[in-house]
Amino acid sequence: MSAECLVRITGVSFAYDDRPILGGIDMEIPRGKLVAIMGNSGCGKTTLLRLIGGQLKPTGGELLVDGQSVPRMTHDELYAMRRRMGMLFQFGALFTDISVFDNVAYLMREHTDLPEEMIRDMVLMKLNAVGLRGAHRLMPAELSGGMARRVALARAIALDPMLIMYDEPFAGLDPISMGVIGQLIRKLNDALGATTLLVTHDVQEALLIADYVYFVSDGQIVAQGTPEDIRASTDPFVHQFVFGEADGPVHFHYPAVPFEEESMSGMGHA
Amino acid sequence: MLETALEAIRSIGHRVNDALQTLGFAARFLAMILLYSGQSFRRLRLTIREVYFSGFQSLLIILVSGLFIGMVLGMQGYETLQRYGSSEALGVLVALSLTRELGPVVSALLFASRAGSSITAEIGLMKATEQLTAMDMMAVNPIARVVAPRFWGGVVSMPLLAAMFSAVGVFGGYLVGVVLIGVDEGAFWSQMQGSVDFYLDVWNGIVKSFVFGAAVSLIAVFEGYDAVPTAEGVSSSIKRTVVYSALAILALDLVLTSFMFRGI
Repeated sequence: MSAECLVRITGVSFAYDDRPILGGIDMEIPRGKLVAIMGNSGCGKTTLLRLIGGQLKPTGGELLVDGQSVPRMTHDELYAMRRRMGMLFQFGALFTDISVFDNVAYLMREHTDLPEEMIRDMVLMKLNAVGLRGAHRLMPAELSGGMARRVALARAIALDPMLIMYDEPFAGLDPISMGVIGQLIRKLNDALGATTLLVTHDVQEALLIADYVYFVSDGQIVAQGTPEDIRASTDPFVHQFVFGEADGPVHFHYPAVPFEEESMSGMGHA
Repeated sequence: MLETALEAIRSIGHRVNDALQTLGFAARFLAMILLYSGQSFRRLRLTIREVYFSGFQSLLIILVSGLFIGMVLGMQGYETLQRYGSSEALGVLVALSLTRELGPVVSALLFASRAGSSITAEIGLMKATEQLTAMDMMAVNPIARVVAPRFWGGVVSMPLLAAMFSAVGVFGGYLVGVVLIGVDEGAFWSQMQGSVDFYLDVWNGIVKSFVFGAAVSLIAVFEGYDAVPTAEGVSSSIKRTVVYSALAILALDLVLTSFMFRGI
C-alpha cells in the first residue's frame, strides 16, 4: 500500500441480510486530500462511511485505514483508531443535555488528562475556527441548523484527527450556511493537514471544494475523477446528476409493474 | 383451512422466536452493563448524577403517595381491627403492610412510571438523534457512559425510595389512627416495635426493593437502547417499559415473598 494513501478499499461489498448495498467497491483516499463521494439517496454512501468507521463489517473485500485492516480490528484497536478520526453526522448529533462548550470539550475530557484551563483554551480556539466562540454558553436547542452543524464540526476536529468524515453536511441548510460549511470543510482540512471524506448529494458545493470525486450508484462506483473531469464528463449518469435531470440512467419511477396491468388487476385501489 | 392453521402456527413460532431473541439480547445487554460497570464507577459522578435524576427527583411523588397510602391503611385497618377489639394493633398492621409489601411494590411501580419511562425516553431519543452512534464513533462506549450509570442509579435509588415510602406511610397511619381517630399512641408504637422484625420484615423489604430496582432499571435502559429510532418507536418503548416493569414487579414479588416467608 502506498504511504500516500490513508484509506484503501478493495473489492468491498456489503449486504443487509439478503439486500445487497455495496457490490465490490474499489477506492483510494490519499493523505491530505478532500475526497467527495456522491450519489443518489440510498446508494450506499453512508454505509461506506460506517464501514470505514468500523460500525459495520463488510461481507467481502479488504478495507485498510492507515495500513490496518478495519474489519479485523479488536474492540480496543477500533477505539484507538476512532480516537484519530472525526465524524460529522447528518444532523450534527450534538449531545442535547450539555452546552456548546461542553459538546466540544467532550472528547478532550473523555480521552485526555488535560487541565480544565487548557481544555477551555482549546475549545474556544476550535469554536473560533468555526465562528461560534461567542455561542459557547448556548444549549444545542438554541442553535439554528447551520450553527449546530458548525458546532458538530468543531467537535469533530477537537482532537485534530487524521481523518475527518462528513455525512451529508449540507443537508437541510440554506445557501449561505451551505457555502460557510463548505469553505470550513476545505480550510480545516488544509489547516489541520488532515484527510477528508465527504459524503454528499450536493454536487455543486462538493465540486467547489473536493480534490477528487467518486460517484456511487446502486452500490457500484460508476464514475470518478477531479472536479474538472466531472464537469466535462459526457457520461449519462454524471450528466444527469450534475445537472439534476429528472430522468436518465437513474429512473424517476420506482420499479413497478406496467400501469395498465396494475389498473386492470384493481391493485391500484389497494 | 389447513393453510390458515399453518399460518397461525407459523405466526406463533415467529412470536416465540422473536421473544426468545429479545430475551437473549437482554441477557447479553445485562452482561455488557456489568462488564463495563467498572469503567462507569471510576467516574462516580455519572452514577451520582443519575441517583439525583432518578431518585431525588422521584422523591416528591413517592413521599406524597406513601403518606396517602399510610393514611388509607390507618382508616381501613382501624375499621377492621376495631371489630375484633384489636385497634391497638393498628401500628403493627400499618408497619408490616408497608415494610413487607406496599413499600417495595408501590414505590417500584411509581418509580417505573416516573423514572423508568424517562430513562427509556432519554436513551431512545439519544439513539434516534444518533447521539449514541456519535459517542461510539468518538471511541466512547455508550454502555459505560450512558447505560451503566442509569442502571446503577436506579438500583441504588430504589431501596432508598422504598424505605422513605414506608417511613412516611407509617407516619400517615399514625396521623389517621392516633391523631384523628384516637388510638392509644403508646400501644400504636410499642406494638409496632415489638412485632416488626428487622430481618424478616425490614431487611426483606429492602431486598425486594433492590431486586425491583434492578429489574425496572434493566427494562428501562434496555427498552431505550433497543428502541426503533423513530418517534413511534420511542413511544412504543416507553409503553413497554411501564407495562413490563409492572408485570415484572408483581411476578418477582410473588416469587420473592414465597421464598422469604416460607415455613412461617
